[in-house]
Amino acid sequence: MSSSASLRTTTGILLVAPLVIYMVVLYALPVASMLLRSLNDPTWSIDRYKELMSDTVFFNTLSNTLYTAVIVTLGSLVLGYPVALALVRSKRLAPLILVVVLLPFWTSVLVRSYAWMVLLGRHGLINEALMSSGLIDRPLRILNTPLAVYIGMIHILLPYMILPIANALRQIDPSLARAASGLGSPPWKTFLQVTLPLSVPGVAAGGLLVFVLSLGFYITPAMLGGPRDITLSMLIANQVDQLNWAYAACLSTVLLATALIIIVVCRRLPGIGSAFKMSAR
Amino acid sequence: MRGILPKSFVGLILLFLAFPIVVVFAVSFSSANYLTFPPPALSLKWYRVYFSAENWLAPTWLSIWVAACTVVLSTFLGTLAALGLAKLPRPLKVLVSGLILSPLIVPVIVVSIGVYYAFSKYGLVGKPIALVLAHTSLAVPFVVTSVTATLAGIDPRLEQAALSLGATPRGTFFQVTLPLIQPGVIVGALFAFITSFDELIVALFLSGQGAVTLPRRMWEDLRYAIDPTIAAVSTLTIVFTAILLGTAHYLRKRAEQNRTASP
Repeated sequence: MSSSASLRTTTGILLVAPLVIYMVVLYALPVASMLLRSLNDPTWSIDRYKELMSDTVFFNTLSNTLYTAVIVTLGSLVLGYPVALALVRSKRLAPLILVVVLLPFWTSVLVRSYAWMVLLGRHGLINEALMSSGLIDRPLRILNTPLAVYIGMIHILLPYMILPIANALRQIDPSLARAASGLGSPPWKTFLQVTLPLSVPGVAAGGLLVFVLSLGFYITPAMLGGPRDITLSMLIANQVDQLNWAYAACLSTVLLATALIIIVVCRRLPGIGSAFKMSAR
Repeated sequence: MRGILPKSFVGLILLFLAFPIVVVFAVSFSSANYLTFPPPALSLKWYRVYFSAENWLAPTWLSIWVAACTVVLSTFLGTLAALGLAKLPRPLKVLVSGLILSPLIVPVIVVSIGVYYAFSKYGLVGKPIALVLAHTSLAVPFVVTSVTATLAGIDPRLEQAALSLGATPRGTFFQVTLPLIQPGVIVGALFAFITSFDELIVALFLSGQGAVTLPRRMWEDLRYAIDPTIAAVSTLTIVFTAILLGTAHYLRKRAEQNRTASP
């Protein structure tokens, strides 16, 4: 028995080996050697990280990145929860909702950011509509502001919020809500006291996913944001363009560490791990 | 549901999700030379511009070529790994799948400048092969998750039955296991294709002058002149992606039906 188990393990190792070797050589080592530039350029020291502590550009960018991630996460939650609820409860509309949620999900980030440029621009649809209806007489400045970045990012990340919440809602035993209303609880109370608490793992998983993914955003803020709306990813790209590798490596380490720490801490919370697993598309 | 969840609010959010894509469609059929909505008149001129401009068609073919190579490499490596992962004992399995799935979490900019840093030493920047190698790492998680999900739904007794009836392990793999996981492999391959075809950030660093992909070409165009050709290109890529996704969905449905239909 134990020899067949070890044969099974050996077969498994042989099967995963090509991909593991590939990813170590062409992905993990390149990233690791780049990150090391933050420590060994020109000699081994942690001075780069000490300098970061008094670096106002870094702190402004980091706080802007984190602030944007918080706004986008909250916005996605407010807009995503009702859609998840409708997706699970409305049998008739569910296929339509799923298509509307999934088609943008797989449309490229570049195309969707471009669409928002068309909509939010000075002569874009929103301004034209508001002007022709007489609500405003001069075009609003929306494109190249933080608001445009929030709108574009929420649009892109909303499916990552909707799908885990819908998964959590689907697992709630429907007889619980029926029992509550059968015992005389009004619908809003049933929702607040039964459905909402039971869907918390889905909310947490979706929130975690949206938050971590928004930390790395580059294309959308670059296209929709103004000159001051710099994210960590943009600053990193900018430093690489200037061949400032040590600084870029330092910033990359901070970005990666922030994302990993948030995931490791949050996945220990009860319920999130399983909800998180299901949400991987 | 009534009272708590006004349908009109959900309707508005769905409109928010779908509307930008509808607008891109509409702008692409516009006769105007600048971005206006609604279009003054309908025309196909931006599609004509696209299909007659070598500097749009060449990046399109390159993107298709890079995505096709990425599909071959990532589907082969990913399918083998998914089969292997199912056989590994727990601690090893967690470690290996952590490495394989990590590109879903690691910010793409970090991966991009990492491969740019390493590949530039070997003169790979500006060569399509560099894009294929990097895109494969990004695409592999989708193949592995898709094949793993299909594998989990397979009755292990089918393989055991084949083996006990005298089939060789090789024959069992090719005649039992592979046909059963085929839908998962194809869905993973389609996701890998879309991942590579739409990818921009890696391309910004690795394309150089010699390997300009379609997203990279669109990005450059957006920086300088915004004309509705981009809308036409976007519409074509959305339709193309939708066809691929429709295929993936159909295959998944069919596989599920096959599974539930068998006693």
